[in-house]
Amino acid sequence: MSGLAKAEIMRSGEAGHCGKDVRSDLQVALEARGEGGIEIGLESRVAAYYGENILAQARQALSDLGVRDAHVTIHDEGALPFVIAARIEAAVRRAGLGQGRRALPEAVPLPPPAARDRLRRSRLYLPGSEPKYFINAGLHAPDAVILDLEDSVHPAEKDAARILARNALRAVDFAGAERTVRINQLPMGLADLEEIIPEQPDMVLVPKTERAEQVMEVDRKIAELKRQHRISRPIWLMPILESALGIENAFIVAAATPNVAAITIGLEDYTADLGVVKTSEGAESLYARTRLVNAARAAGVTAIDSVYGDVADMDGLLRWGQKSRALGFEGMGCVHPLQIAVVHQAFAPTPAEIEKAQRIVAAFEEAQQRGLGVVSLGSKMIDPPVVQRAGKLVKRAKEMGVIQ
Amino acid sequence: MPWRQPERHRWYKGQQQTALAGDQRLTIDLMSTTATRVELARNAAGRLVPISVNGKDQRPYAGAVQDDPQGHKAAPAIRSCVQYPENGDKRVPDLETALRKCGLRNGMVISSHHHLRDGDRVAVMALETAGKLGARDLMWFPSASFPSQAAVVDLMEAGVVHHIEGSMNGPLGDYTTQGKMRGVGVLRSHGGRWQAVQDGEVHIDIAVIAAPTADPFGNADGSHGKSACGSLGFALADSMYADRVIVVTDSLVPFPCVPWQIPGNSVDFVVQVDSIGEPAKIVSGTTQITRSPDRLRIAEFVARFLRDAGIMRNGFSFQAGAGGIALAFVDYLRHMMKEDGVKARFVRGGSTRYLVEMLQEGLTDYILDGQTFDLDGVRSIAADPRHVATSPFTSYNFHGKGNFASMVDAVVLGATEVDVNFNANVVTHSDGRLLHGIGGWQNCLFAGCSILAVPSFRDRIPVIVDEVTTITGTGEMIDVVATERGIAINPRRRDLLDAVKGSRLPIRPIQDIQAEVEQICGGKPARPRRTERPVAIVKWVDGSVLDTVWQLA
Repeated sequence: MSGLAKAEIMRSGEAGHCGKDVRSDLQVALEARGEGGIEIGLESRVAAYYGENILAQARQALSDLGVRDAHVTIHDEGALPFVIAARIEAAVRRAGLGQGRRALPEAVPLPPPAARDRLRRSRLYLPGSEPKYFINAGLHAPDAVILDLEDSVHPAEKDAARILARNALRAVDFAGAERTVRINQLPMGLADLEEIIPEQPDMVLVPKTERAEQVMEVDRKIAELKRQHRISRPIWLMPILESALGIENAFIVAAATPNVAAITIGLEDYTADLGVVKTSEGAESLYARTRLVNAARAAGVTAIDSVYGDVADMDGLLRWGQKSRALGFEGMGCVHPLQIAVVHQAFAPTPAEIEKAQRIVAAFEEAQQRGLGVVSLGSKMIDPPVVQRAGKLVKRAKEMGVIQ
Repeated sequence: MPWRQPERHRWYKGQQQTALAGDQRLTIDLMSTTATRVELARNAAGRLVPISVNGKDQRPYAGAVQDDPQGHKAAPAIRSCVQYPENGDKRVPDLETALRKCGLRNGMVISSHHHLRDGDRVAVMALETAGKLGARDLMWFPSASFPSQAAVVDLMEAGVVHHIEGSMNGPLGDYTTQGKMRGVGVLRSHGGRWQAVQDGEVHIDIAVIAAPTADPFGNADGSHGKSACGSLGFALADSMYADRVIVVTDSLVPFPCVPWQIPGNSVDFVVQVDSIGEPAKIVSGTTQITRSPDRLRIAEFVARFLRDAGIMRNGFSFQAGAGGIALAFVDYLRHMMKEDGVKARFVRGGSTRYLVEMLQEGLTDYILDGQTFDLDGVRSIAADPRHVATSPFTSYNFHGKGNFASMVDAVVLGATEVDVNFNANVVTHSDGRLLHGIGGWQNCLFAGCSILAVPSFRDRIPVIVDEVTTITGTGEMIDVVATERGIAINPRRRDLLDAVKGSRLPIRPIQDIQAEVEQICGGKPARPRRTERPVAIVKWVDGSVLDTVWQLA
């Protein structure tokens, strides 16, 4: 036996989670061997229903990853196939095997591409290491889901989370929600992109952005990967400004590339940077938030607010959202599915606003028909920006299902 | 050896007709040591069921409402005042004395109720005492069993308890489905238990009734005392039909115990003990609404369904249990009732804080309460005359001149599985292991609209299947299945389908939801591997046999 073969025998890797309180996940422990084929020990709470299925999937995944001889132990807590594939792949990679190979789960149809100015009232954060939250996320009808590889993922789990997020992009039906991924800060974020871009997310969130160059680097990497994987549909960017410097540079960040569709603020880090206490009224971040709205408008992108952290306080969330809309934001983040409906309520135009906008639009259309250059409503003359705004409000209200 | 109750009680044998569906009758030879031949018949639900269980003839299920009972109700022996103390003091020093005075013998049927739920100490205490007195081969006949009663496994191992007719869950369920119990378990609904006792299918030799309050005469009640549990309705049949009745209390009051739900006139002996149960496990401090967004979504769908289908209207009634989804449903419905200015005539408990608040807010005129789940419920039933304790006789008994269940407009229930024909299972896991008893579930299906509120899959296990492992209620009786992925209406209920036309609810064919879930879960689940040996039967509300629980492979 050569020295290299001997070293291979020692290769082992573990990935995933198991335990009484773990759901929809599994733990895979793999020990590569020099010979003897694949041997799998399976313990599963769904063994009676899917035991054979899991074993067959595991064998297929190992074969896809080029693993021929290994002892594998699987402790499954009712994980779905896309999770099983991801955990096996992570264990194999941690064992130093499977380079350049993937164990991809069955794909669901790709949803239609997202428009640059699509409705983005709510975006639901999903921790990248917790597959149980992925499965039904789309049912709660957020405008976007965020598979988070950054703050919610432990540094030791980054590699496994990006594989899991990739599989989720491929195999989970998010029911029309925009499929977005928050990558890590560069350079780690570039490795995230290599894994996820082939599965064509609709948008990438770039955390802790302070300079236009960061955005451009991400943009270049995405462009390169799109070429490599022959992807033609848009993949938008949403930089997150989380520091005083980021806020100062809001406009140049928003204008860094035409692929930026929106910018947002991370208040947790921003208030820490300022050295102030984050309050539920948000006075300490008012300047930053209004500055961001202005920069977004100037760059022609959407301004999106931070999250409201107290998931038990729905009244507070509603008030925050309504104020946020009044400042010019078009949406905010959600850390719990129950926040989604409240956020949608907060960002919906009021019946009075809709009615006024509809009257302005009608007056404009009438003026157009009559060939008049000036639009007027009653005795008031309506300026073109007002007409434009009214048109957008009516369009949005239709998208939100508030009016037919 | 097959289990036999003492000879004097075998008079009912032959009284029942063995109705067989066609000539589909077969015999299976078993290699088992406890039973060697089992004769089976295919019933109207298409299931193979034994035609004889624990030495008693059984009637295969013929349909949900194919029932024509004959004969007369059972009755306990006539007693005379001269046999009891004139001063009404029926106290004896301890349970041992009481059991001895009751004439405890091998093979007797000992009953208990489950109003103290997982906190109950009395049932195990009674069986263990009987064991100490040397009794063997007893049949335990609880109205339901709980995990804290796992000690009964040891009593079965020791030969004190022969088998259980009631619910078998947790360790008792595993013991049964592993084929270790000597007799065959019999699962009955709360109404079915009353029916079986009343019709003489089960004769209770000794009823041991845990009572949170009692007086020396035996008047007993559940709404007061340190172990207060609310209603004592499940013990009422036992008190009326058992040969001997022992009341066990940890809160003895001088005569009269007011109010009394169990009249002392039915009671033979009263035993005072330090504690009948662990209060924290008897009722929860507060019952909690689920925080799971998926389950809340199901609850909201159900509430909207009641509203959009026009069931939620002035004077209506509903019943929901104390599970997370059911509680959330009540909360959603309550808000919708307020919004629309609608008031219910009555709601059926299992009562909880949420129902009590509805009563206090004037959203319902009455709570008709079968069991009381939390402290708010207990306080309310003790203090508010509009919060009324019911019994399985008034609520559920199928062999009565009607019962409340069919007068309820809508009921919200759970299930472990439901199939594309709307048959549902609540007693076993999909893999065939006994999970819990039937409770009032079967009886509730007689409501105007029966709704199963279930997630479409748990972990990876689909809830909507081709064929349920164990039928507990047939598609004849189940109207709506509400999941987080949409609501399926039984095609049999054209009226409901029409009623929700134009609603924004996601109404979908059940096969659609099934297909979506199978796509998510990676295909159809494998069927459970079971032997051909029955370990328990599931009774329908009329006493016929609906399905069989088989020993696991």
